[in-house]
Amino acid sequence: MPAAPSPAAALAERRARARAALPPPVERVGALRWMRDNLFSSLANTLLTLLTVAALALVVPPILMWAFVGSVWYPPDPEVCRAATGACWAVIVEKHRVMFFGLYPYAEHWRPFLAVILYVVAVALTCWRRCWSWQVLVPLWAASLAAIVVLMLGGIFGLTVIDTGQWGGVPLTMVVFTATVTLGLPLGVVLALGRRSEMPVIRLLSVLFIEFIRAVPLVTILFCAAVVFPLFLPPGWNVDKMVRVLIGMGIFYGCYFAEVIRGGLQAIPRGQYEAAASLGLSYWRTTRKIILPQALRIVIPGLMNHIISAFKNSTLVIIVGLFDLLNATGAAVADPLWIRYYTEGYLFVAAVYFVGAFALSKYSQQLERWLAEGRRY
Amino acid sequence: MGEAAARAAGPGHETMIELVEVNKWFGDFHVLKDINLTVRRGERVVVCGPSGSGKSTMIRCINRLESHQRGRILVDGIELTDNLKNIEAVRSEVGMVFQSFNLFPHLRVIDNLTLAPIWVRRMPKKEAEDLAMVYLERVRIPEQAYKYPGQLSGGQQQRVAIARALCMRPKIMLFDEPTSALDPEMIKEVLDVMVELAEEGMTMMVVTHEMGFAKTVAHKMVFMDAAEIVEEAPTHDFFAAPRSERTKLFLSQVLSH
Repeated sequence: MPAAPSPAAALAERRARARAALPPPVERVGALRWMRDNLFSSLANTLLTLLTVAALALVVPPILMWAFVGSVWYPPDPEVCRAATGACWAVIVEKHRVMFFGLYPYAEHWRPFLAVILYVVAVALTCWRRCWSWQVLVPLWAASLAAIVVLMLGGIFGLTVIDTGQWGGVPLTMVVFTATVTLGLPLGVVLALGRRSEMPVIRLLSVLFIEFIRAVPLVTILFCAAVVFPLFLPPGWNVDKMVRVLIGMGIFYGCYFAEVIRGGLQAIPRGQYEAAASLGLSYWRTTRKIILPQALRIVIPGLMNHIISAFKNSTLVIIVGLFDLLNATGAAVADPLWIRYYTEGYLFVAAVYFVGAFALSKYSQQLERWLAEGRRY
Repeated sequence: MGEAAARAAGPGHETMIELVEVNKWFGDFHVLKDINLTVRRGERVVVCGPSGSGKSTMIRCINRLESHQRGRILVDGIELTDNLKNIEAVRSEVGMVFQSFNLFPHLRVIDNLTLAPIWVRRMPKKEAEDLAMVYLERVRIPEQAYKYPGQLSGGQQQRVAIARALCMRPKIMLFDEPTSALDPEMIKEVLDVMVELAEEGMTMMVVTHEMGFAKTVAHKMVFMDAAEIVEEAPTHDFFAAPRSERTKLFLSQVLSH
């Protein structure tokens, strides 16, 4: 048997090793300590803290009282609201169908409702990392889009035809937003690549297109798409107004996306192009496999900026007579019986938009984290 | 024929790279002046010279990362012109290793290696992965296959870059200062891989300041200064009896420490 080290020495060594492997100490800061450090660290700080607390004490309770304590949810009766001291949320209970579905025929509201549910499920699955493969996403979106169009438009399976002019509310916001992003992103990629092309004609065309569209207000583009564009079509031709507006939105945002993506392309070091070239990869392969994946990851924050803006600007379709969520609400609270309570209606819509925009923002942060995993640049 | 025998036999007679009266300008700046150089199959050429002498530019002309303006460059019989087909044909035969590695940071090591075999050589994925593992073993880092380049040390990254180039089974390997961006303790692991490659009979052209490496593997030394090839000589003669004053000066500077 080999000579074992003395038990005491072995123990000391084990202890030394354990000490060496200790995790770093966790810093715990108590609430009082935190307040002293952050709120009352100096006289000026203390004053500021007290002032802020006083201001909050003045403003917050009345808002809470108005919103919750004295408010009316039910019954949806303007007389009850008139007697109440707080908010009249009953206006939402009364008008929610019009707010959510706009001019869509009342009896058919189950159709856009189903379409929105389908859409939300499809989007949720798309956002989920497990589903990121063409074998899942392509059939998923082909099926959901077909189902959504059939539900909304009708004309088969005994569903009555509902003209796109009658679409409104949440489904309209959903259609406009989705079309803007799905048309705009590929267009943005193509324009950004075009603007960096070595072929002068392509570069010039891309620059002109981007600069021209960016220089024009979105409202003008929508107006042109709706009113001016049909004048140039040969007689007897007709492109649905909704489709024209969607294309207008897509092109407008495509130009903004293009400039953001171009920033990402410029951030890719020349060595990446050279390495790809030295392996014999073609321009398109290099773009598709090396450049775009890196460039798009870099520009996620910038892209999300414009995507959120597109989400909110979808409401501009009002200028061509389409009533999205915001405008349908505006129309609903214009009812003389309820017009006193438009604040509550708009607050509610604001909350709905906030949920959408905040979700987009949070998701983009998550996306950045996922795509950065295991990488250091 | 055994490995040792192959080494003893030296390079073959077939010409792999031929530069004839090559000239290049960056704007008004003449970066390559009347460059003439021939590299035969299996030959290992080390190019040295002070920085700014045009070594990197010359080596980058050989796979058309830079274009020359006058003269002719032939690689394995294919002339490099504006013809894209020729350029792609040459690039798929010529591997290149860069000073700054230039790995694709968004792809795992294995995907860095299989990308070109799959998309340029049209190799099935499975086969490409097997091939990649063979070369990762060769550069002694198979255990890093599923990591991202950013998780590797500089020396490991450069060895991945060498393996990536080898996966295209090139006839020629170009090295553009492969160890210049490395910490001193990592230089050896990269040079060891390159020496092994040399022993297998690869045609190599290496721009480097590692004179020890040059003495070990090079058949021929090329010394460049001020856009010209000043001296071209068999390795032993080059170090033992340099002919030009500029070469002597350069060697005294790089060999003094």
